[in-house]
Amino acid sequence: MSCALLLLLTSLALVMGTGTAVEIQRPRGVPQSKRQFYEENKPFTCLDGSSTIPFDQVNDDYCDCRDGSDEPGTAACPNGSFHCTNAGFRPAFIPSSRINDGICDCCDTTDEYNSGATCQNTCREMGRKERESLQIMAEITKEGFLLKQQLIHEAKRGQEDKQGKLTELQGSKKGLEGKMEALRTVKKTAEDPEKEAKERHLKSWEEQKELIRMEKDKTRMAEAFLELDDDADGYVSVAELQSHLELDPDSDGSLTETETQGLLGGAGKVDTSTFETVWSGIKDKYLSEVSTYVMKTYVIQSFPYPKGSPGSGRSNEVSIIRFENANVCTLLSASQSLICGPEFIWICRNLEKEIGFDFGPSAEFAYLYSQCYELSTSEYIYRLCPFNRVSQKPKFGGSETNLGLWGQWAGPEENLYSVMKYDHGQGCWQGPNRSTTVKLTCGKETVVTSTSEPSRCEYLMEFTTPAVCQEPASLDEVLHGHTEL
Amino acid sequence: MAAFVVSPLKMGPLLVLWLAGCLSGTWAVDRGNFKTCDQSAFCKRQRALKPGQSPYRALLETLELTNTKLTLQLINDNNKVRLLLELYRLQGNMTRVKINELKPLKPRFEVPDVLINDPPTEPLSLLSRDENGVVLSLGADSQRLIVSAKPFRLDIMEGREVLLSLNSRGLLAFEHLRIRKDTQASQQFEIAKEDEKVEDGMWEETFKSHTDSKPNGPSSISLDFSLPGVENVYGIPEHADSLKLKATDGGDPYRLFNLDVFQYEVFNPMALYGAIPVMLSHSAQRTMGIFWLNAAETWVDISSNTGSSETPQTDVRWISESGIIDVFIMLGPTPTDVFSQYASLTGTQAFPPLSALAYHQCRWNYNDQEDVAAVDQGFDDHDIPYDFIWLDIEHTDGKRYFTWDPHKFPQPKDMLQGLLDKRRKMVTIVDPHIKVDSSYKIHNEIRSKGFYVKSKDGGDYEGWCWPGNSGYPDFTNPEMRAWWASMFAYDQYEGSMENMYTWNDMNEPSVFNGPEVTMHKDALHGNWENRDLHNLYGLYVQRATAEGLIERSGGVERPFVLARAFFAGSQRYGAVWTGDNAAEWEHLKISIPMCLSLGLVGVSFCGADVGGFFKSPSTELLVRWYQTGAYQPFFRAHAHLDTPRREPWLFGPENTALIREAVRQRYALLPYWYQLFYHAHHSGQPVMRPLWVEYPQDTATFSMDDQFLLGRDLLVHPVTEEGARGVTAYLPGKGEVWFDVHTFQKHNGAQNLYIPVTISSIPVFQRGGSIISRKARVRRSSSCMEHDPYTLFVALSPKRFAQGELYIDDGHTFNFDKQKQFIHRRFSFANNALSSRNLAPGSQFTTFSWVEKIVILGASKPSKATLKTPDGKESQLEFEFDASMSVLTLRKPGVNAGLDWTVVLQ
Repeated sequence: MSCALLLLLTSLALVMGTGTAVEIQRPRGVPQSKRQFYEENKPFTCLDGSSTIPFDQVNDDYCDCRDGSDEPGTAACPNGSFHCTNAGFRPAFIPSSRINDGICDCCDTTDEYNSGATCQNTCREMGRKERESLQIMAEITKEGFLLKQQLIHEAKRGQEDKQGKLTELQGSKKGLEGKMEALRTVKKTAEDPEKEAKERHLKSWEEQKELIRMEKDKTRMAEAFLELDDDADGYVSVAELQSHLELDPDSDGSLTETETQGLLGGAGKVDTSTFETVWSGIKDKYLSEVSTYVMKTYVIQSFPYPKGSPGSGRSNEVSIIRFENANVCTLLSASQSLICGPEFIWICRNLEKEIGFDFGPSAEFAYLYSQCYELSTSEYIYRLCPFNRVSQKPKFGGSETNLGLWGQWAGPEENLYSVMKYDHGQGCWQGPNRSTTVKLTCGKETVVTSTSEPSRCEYLMEFTTPAVCQEPASLDEVLHGHTEL
Repeated sequence: MAAFVVSPLKMGPLLVLWLAGCLSGTWAVDRGNFKTCDQSAFCKRQRALKPGQSPYRALLETLELTNTKLTLQLINDNNKVRLLLELYRLQGNMTRVKINELKPLKPRFEVPDVLINDPPTEPLSLLSRDENGVVLSLGADSQRLIVSAKPFRLDIMEGREVLLSLNSRGLLAFEHLRIRKDTQASQQFEIAKEDEKVEDGMWEETFKSHTDSKPNGPSSISLDFSLPGVENVYGIPEHADSLKLKATDGGDPYRLFNLDVFQYEVFNPMALYGAIPVMLSHSAQRTMGIFWLNAAETWVDISSNTGSSETPQTDVRWISESGIIDVFIMLGPTPTDVFSQYASLTGTQAFPPLSALAYHQCRWNYNDQEDVAAVDQGFDDHDIPYDFIWLDIEHTDGKRYFTWDPHKFPQPKDMLQGLLDKRRKMVTIVDPHIKVDSSYKIHNEIRSKGFYVKSKDGGDYEGWCWPGNSGYPDFTNPEMRAWWASMFAYDQYEGSMENMYTWNDMNEPSVFNGPEVTMHKDALHGNWENRDLHNLYGLYVQRATAEGLIERSGGVERPFVLARAFFAGSQRYGAVWTGDNAAEWEHLKISIPMCLSLGLVGVSFCGADVGGFFKSPSTELLVRWYQTGAYQPFFRAHAHLDTPRREPWLFGPENTALIREAVRQRYALLPYWYQLFYHAHHSGQPVMRPLWVEYPQDTATFSMDDQFLLGRDLLVHPVTEEGARGVTAYLPGKGEVWFDVHTFQKHNGAQNLYIPVTISSIPVFQRGGSIISRKARVRRSSSCMEHDPYTLFVALSPKRFAQGELYIDDGHTFNFDKQKQFIHRRFSFANNALSSRNLAPGSQFTTFSWVEKIVILGASKPSKATLKTPDGKESQLEFEFDASMSVLTLRKPGVNAGLDWTVVLQ
């Protein structure tokens, strides 16, 4: 039976764009684009030129050409491919091995012409469905792309704002520091008489030391606040503090919710200013989670040892200054608390960090910063905090597991911003540290759509966001771009 | 799937603690978990016996000779206990020697269900008799059996040559059953025998924290065999050791005791998952076999005088903990004869569905239905064929076998239908430990029917396994097996379909908290202790499962069941694999001798986890393992839960292509594999063979286990060295030639051939003189290739001769057997003519497959090629001739593969 297969010419009525029906004849499995190589009744030369055979050996179910080009419509060649026209849908090439294998691969059923498989022509249906879904996709892309433009715009403004704010803050800090220095000088020079200079200097140095100590403590407090404020909402909550078992007042090994609330002065959460009071109660016990280098970066420079001797050649100004001496001290201490307070450090640090992130070519991913998105499955709640961390928490009790900290963009070269990688999560028993790959697809909403663990401790998350929506081609292009005509 | 370690996250805290103790931070096997001979009381006692002091004497006056057997009493002169010796001459050149107590206190265990029938006997005749002994004739070939009286000894002779002697070293030892001395009963019986001093470990034995109560006391048996002229012995799987067995002097004996060994090591005689107490001896003159039919814990000592100037001799000693001595001596004389002899006793390899010989994709675990669909699609996207995808324990609802996890596999039938639509199949795991859970139907039924194995106190035996606390069904009970089989009916096993088959793992049985990770020896199977039949448990599990798969199809479909534990006779029920190996080069290498050893003792359907179960293989190792596995009988990739994914397309396009090519070579060769399995099923000849089986006189082949033959005609030398740039293959056969199957390059036999290799090389050679059929059109799955045409590869011998076979049937039913629906052809090339003739005139089957191409290797250029068919028609075939390689390719003969035809070259 199959050995008796002869060259089969197919009559294909294709609906052209103009709507007129045209009849085309070509051997089975040959795409229109290669039709000219298969001329009936002329010897056929393999497309790789390796040999020439009589035309009746084309599609005779025996492989003569090394490149498989003589058997476009049979399964005879191991490396051949078959072209399905799939009128009504998208044309496709399938490997020759799928011809007459009993499985319907082409929606126009042309691949199963001799296998006994009963295939339904599903091209129209598939075409319709695809058009529908393309249409939906196109709309999503279109809207998503608009949203993305907004995001870019906002990000740009936000970025400028932040940069501006940072510059401003840094500037004002500098200004204040300058002023303070001046005030200090004034203050020092104002402290007369000269014979008391040494003593006064000593005293002022004591004051300065105390000042330094206070600054350091304030810095530590600021750091602690930032550390504790896991979700970066500007508040330290009971839950956030509860992990610090060292603060346990009765040292029974567990820090209960009530105990924690006690530490917070009875509040459920505290902001930076209230935290100052809380801090005085816990600072002796508090253990930092981070290494100190992080702190150093943000510790404001200690005062230098005063240079030169006070009062040299400035005597004429002394009387004026002295008059204002009380005022100078007030000013000095106000500036001091402004630039060394936790709020200031917190803002500066976050701004610097945020400005430093790669939020995509047009900062379109900036809006994800300091947000979190959750997906609830049958067993777990998964939480993605972009540019921060991924975690998993059992629905019915149990502690949260860190599935990875922000690593880097990890898409393929041509589409770097399509994949995020989070790594160095909690270690796995006999295995690696947990890590999560987040695949980003275009969508109007920003949502986690699925999670899975394809390999032990390697998680995969699907995430839609308008930020990856590409400029949409026109719908016509989408629908007809693939159709071979 | 798995040894006994699982993520602590999923197990109770108690078990975690216990596991932590077991792990102690290394990757190698923890030898301390398993007994040495010294730690096994009976082995220690027996091994302490010195040769040359046999107390046994034959009481010739008790000799009785009937048509079927000779019986004779033996007496132990030290304690006066009498034994009964039975000698049988069996049809097909075998001798059976049975020794039991003449009057045991209670019956001793005799292994049931392993022999396929009561072996037919032939009469023994008495040639001579005097006070020293008797001489019996074993029929033709001047073979005689000499029974010597004092000390008792048996010698089998052919002419003037001793083939084999029993008790020649005087190590026959039979611990008779006795009354415990400190009991009242022993006072009443006044049995005071001089050697009955009570030793430690006779009535109770403790290993680690486990105490074995030994209510029957000492019961072990032992016998020695001498094999003059023999330097090579093989078999007694399962051990991760070389093909040729090593002398055990100074070390531990080879141990046969089915155990779940976590992270086993290669090259040592420790017991593994299965036990087949069959040893083959081989010399250039003769091949013989010893089948020690005993299912208790068994140790085998081997010593050899190799290297000394005297006549070579190998001495073997078998020691078992209980039961009787029941030995089958298979006298060969050829390897083929020994295979037939053993097959006549225990049956042949189950003939698997054709698709089971194709490629299997497994992992612990494919997570859910979407994962299965994605992996299935991955194979199509990367154009790699596969037939079976496997689901390990995580697919169940809480390790309750016969159920599905309702979240991960909510619609198993949809999933199976999806596979069926692509003509593919699935295997799900069904292990023999049953979760003790009163809301679990299977457990409740087994419990209410009293089908569980009992503990020594009479309650249901319970142990820890994957589900936590588990019961162990008593598979030795035929009623239990019938019930178990009925659980595979489509209406019982919900969500199952006809394209779903079964995997029995952990059937040693594995008991995480049991002694040596298995069942307590004093657990009870009806009246018998696990001690008596331990090694048989796994066989029964696989048998009951295979019977279930047959029954669910109304007896129509051939089953496919993979098991980890096995015994003599397991070949009748399906496939086995070498258990939980590791992703290491040494483990790749050892897969060859491990499967060769199994093939020699009946189990042809053997494979190792491709890629290695534990750990993660390097890309090179994974590729090499696919290339090796493609040429081993059971071809399945598998991986541990904790390893990164390793589907074939995850290692870059080049490696995907290498793996695709290896798998495709397997698929193209499926007609040959199928024919070899038909042969194995039909005649008991192994599929994968050591070279010496086909070249029994070529001493160079006797210890070779880095290459092997598939049937007679393909020689495979897989690359198993890291970074290999070449391998040296030995091509056997003086005056023969071999053809590289990829290049068609011809090489002479009887030479070591250096073959430069690249990462794509799989050195395979076809024997000159053979004809091998392939299907060159490799498709998505083997079922898709059913009707495809054949290409014949005719490799001419130097005398321009070749012969081969082709077997075709429907690929999955018993109709080949019950209704003789098959095609069996013989192809012969002689006198410049190639012909196909019918080897099975009584059978009939219609195939759509035809002969697409004939490739003749070592040919000369003809002037014409004429195809003749029985209807008298003649037609000229087009052909191509490659003069550089002497390859003649005949274009499209087009004849149906089931018909007679001849092609004449002129």
